[in-house]
Amino acid sequence: MVAVAVVTYILVVGALFAVIRNRRYAADDPVSPGRHERAERSVKLAVLVVVPVLFLFLLYNFAVARNVSRMPDGPLLTIDVTGHQWWCEVAYEDPVPHNIVRTANEIHIPVGKTVMIKLASHDVIHSFWVPNLSGKKDLLPGHKDAIWIRADKPGIYRGQCAEFCGLEHAKMALFVVAESAAEFTKWIEHQREPAPTPADSLTAKGQVVFETGPCAMCHTVASTRAAATVGPDLTHVASRMTLAAGTLPNTRGNLGGWIVDPQTIKPGAKMPANSLEPKDLQALLAYLGTLK
Amino acid sequence: MTAQPLPDEFVPATPIDEVLLPPAIDEADRARLHATWEPVIGLVGWLKSVNHKSVGKRYICAALVFFLLGGLEAAAMRMQLSRPENTLIGPDLYNQIFTMHGTTMMFLFAVPIMTAIGIYLVPLMIGTRNVAFPRLNALGFWVYLLGGIFLYSFFFSNTGPDAGWFAYVPLSGPQYGMGKRVDVYAQMVTFTEIAALIAALEAVVTICKMRAPGMTWGRLPLFVWSQLVTAVMVMFAMSSVATASIMLGADRLIATQFFNPAEGGDVLLWQHLFWFFGHPEVYIIFIPALGMVSQIVTTFTRRPVFGYPAMVAALIATGTIGFGLWVHHMFSTSVHQLGQSYFTAASTMISIPTGVQIFCWIATLWLGRPIWRTPLLFVVGFIVVFMIGGLSGVMLASVPFDVQATDTYFVVGHLHYVLVGGAVMPLIGAFYYWYPKVTGRMMSERLGLWNFWLLFIGINVTFFPMHILGLRGMTRRIYTYQEFLGWGTLNLIATIGAVIIVAGMAVFAVNFFMSLKTGAIAGANPWGADTLEWATTSPPPPYNFVDTPVVTSREGLWAYGDEIPVVTGLHTDRPEVLITSTMTTEPAYRNELPTPTIAPLVMAIIIAGMLAAAIVTPWGVPIGSTLLLVPFYLWAWPDKAQHQRNLREQGKQDRESEAA
Repeated sequence: MVAVAVVTYILVVGALFAVIRNRRYAADDPVSPGRHERAERSVKLAVLVVVPVLFLFLLYNFAVARNVSRMPDGPLLTIDVTGHQWWCEVAYEDPVPHNIVRTANEIHIPVGKTVMIKLASHDVIHSFWVPNLSGKKDLLPGHKDAIWIRADKPGIYRGQCAEFCGLEHAKMALFVVAESAAEFTKWIEHQREPAPTPADSLTAKGQVVFETGPCAMCHTVASTRAAATVGPDLTHVASRMTLAAGTLPNTRGNLGGWIVDPQTIKPGAKMPANSLEPKDLQALLAYLGTLK
Repeated sequence: MTAQPLPDEFVPATPIDEVLLPPAIDEADRARLHATWEPVIGLVGWLKSVNHKSVGKRYICAALVFFLLGGLEAAAMRMQLSRPENTLIGPDLYNQIFTMHGTTMMFLFAVPIMTAIGIYLVPLMIGTRNVAFPRLNALGFWVYLLGGIFLYSFFFSNTGPDAGWFAYVPLSGPQYGMGKRVDVYAQMVTFTEIAALIAALEAVVTICKMRAPGMTWGRLPLFVWSQLVTAVMVMFAMSSVATASIMLGADRLIATQFFNPAEGGDVLLWQHLFWFFGHPEVYIIFIPALGMVSQIVTTFTRRPVFGYPAMVAALIATGTIGFGLWVHHMFSTSVHQLGQSYFTAASTMISIPTGVQIFCWIATLWLGRPIWRTPLLFVVGFIVVFMIGGLSGVMLASVPFDVQATDTYFVVGHLHYVLVGGAVMPLIGAFYYWYPKVTGRMMSERLGLWNFWLLFIGINVTFFPMHILGLRGMTRRIYTYQEFLGWGTLNLIATIGAVIIVAGMAVFAVNFFMSLKTGAIAGANPWGADTLEWATTSPPPPYNFVDTPVVTSREGLWAYGDEIPVVTGLHTDRPEVLITSTMTTEPAYRNELPTPTIAPLVMAIIIAGMLAAAIVTPWGVPIGSTLLLVPFYLWAWPDKAQHQRNLREQGKQDRESEAA
């Protein structure tokens, strides 16, 4: 496609410059009828070439579009992706309700398998786009849509919201992790487990801070009293690569900074600043660190 | 006047202060015409003026100011994006700035300046004295100006719209678009709709009914054709966005639920209505530019443009097909694949008429003898730059490619190649071309060369890297990006290009202002052009032509011998224009146009007050529309002299019929 465009461009601009140069030498020629006829023939010829080329281009497009959109085989698994300002909720469908896995901004898929992504939006329009896996598909409130993806090589594929969705549209990324079937099974089975019970007093205190503090207003940690669904599910937050939808690497320091002052890192994010006692914060971070 | 080549080295033409049109008119008549067509002077006269040239000049100047503001916004964005994780501009301000940039360039610069140039030139090019409805015309300008001031006064008080110029619901709806920001956007759209619809109406009626005798459709200059096609497009397109913006305003202000999915509304409805306007909008900007290119090519090749019927057909085809491609902005939504195919086909097809025009211009250059002046340079620059945007546009018509490239910087690059290459380049060429007509002085050719090369290089350095950035995944409308993504270098290059563009436009500004004082005196027809606007003095007198010229050929002035045939018989003591039949342009009757009045300005101020108040309280509408009665009265109030004359003539007719 690009090649055809480049060739067309060279031909037309070439003709333009040829004509300009040519006139320099023939400036005093009167325009003979022959010249006029030649010009007419050339224009007609150019149009006669352009139209079939465009027509072939069109047919080629239809063929490619048809191939790209046809699902190669039945999907192995179906993942619901729901857009929020400014993060993505991810849920792995399963007929058994307690096997449904909820996570955020990170999608694990098995390599070489077709995966169906069902798209919805909680608030405004977002767009699901992982450039190396598929084209864009918008997450439209009030509309249901789906797209299929398949990673042929293992790796981490970055995606980013592609439809302007407000203040932090720039900081709404997600990652697709394509791994072998065995690794994927291990991952999803681990994700199905509830959060571990705190093993020491520090993390136990952290859990109390989480359940009784502002965290529980918005977040869920499965098997605890924190069960709100405004923000991302944090049951396995420590297993994720990034924080705040791809904004920061998931380290203890970044997590602390994010909890205390999210508005400097991602101005406008729906997460408020939390003024915690240093001891409480340390306990909370220790607890969150166990949520692998 | 025959087609005479300009000398290779430009020598200022001998000042021709004489109107080329007929010598047989005395000074007293001329003075009377002057007094009839520009009766009031001073500030009051300025505010009251309904002359198409005054209105056109103001329109152009206002649009240039908005161009400057939109350009500064672009420069601010380029500064922010010049390196990763820059903290110069935060997300809140950045979102306002990119929204203001798009809104300003589309609604306050590009469309208005194209119609404004039409308002100035069309009556001159078709050989009449004014537009069809001069008071309405003035109203259109004032409403536009106040709409722009309205938008910017909110922006400068940190209430600028921040949902993008496309304002997708529900982000722009009442639930997510907090405060008054989007209301300001929706109302500003209303202002510009009024102005654009008025200008369209003026163009259609003026072109259909007021052409000089002999200027049949087959002899109409291509610029006038382009204005006609554009005006018809505006009527359909603006109606669509008017509906959309009123629905959006109603959703936000009086809790209708057109776009709220929770209440049975639909978010895609907005996109359909908006893009049914938004895509034709591109052609509304681009088609007048094509008309300008055709005039410039004709003049500087000393040859009638090659394939005139094909050119006209291409303009009309572009204007028609332009309404059939809006869904290509929505390929990533849930529009069905079969439906998408139709829009792919239409989007591919629209390149044919533009291709035909480019081929015809090249053929004209081939057959003619190009004379290298700045306007022609900009035409060549236009073809070279625009072609890239056109071809990337054909690529974007393809659904599988589009869903990767849409909403990335590839599209930003594409649309700027189309709009800056396809509209701004010809526009600046047109400034160099018609500046002598409007001001009576030539712009500097030397600065013109600097202007051209800086702009040409700047455009490519700024916008070409954007294609690559888009293919590397950089999405649009982001205020920052992380360093590991590797977009920094290309963004820095783009910013450097923006600096070059600014330098080029600064040269243009310097040339524009300096030439007002120091430019060579132009004379009536410095380029030896063929169209009628060159058959009167530069700048033209308020009445344009002493007598209405008769057109004998498509070649306009080039076909005349030493004498220009004219139609006489219009009164000089009243603002009369000749109305001709639409198809054959036979003189039909004399029509007296209304006199200058303050009513359009008063009406525009009240409309502005009403629209501004409406975003705060619904009472704005009933109170505002009641107040509108005042300017309606002023508007309809008969002119004393006109009234008495009518009475006299009525009496005369009565006596005659009694006698009979």
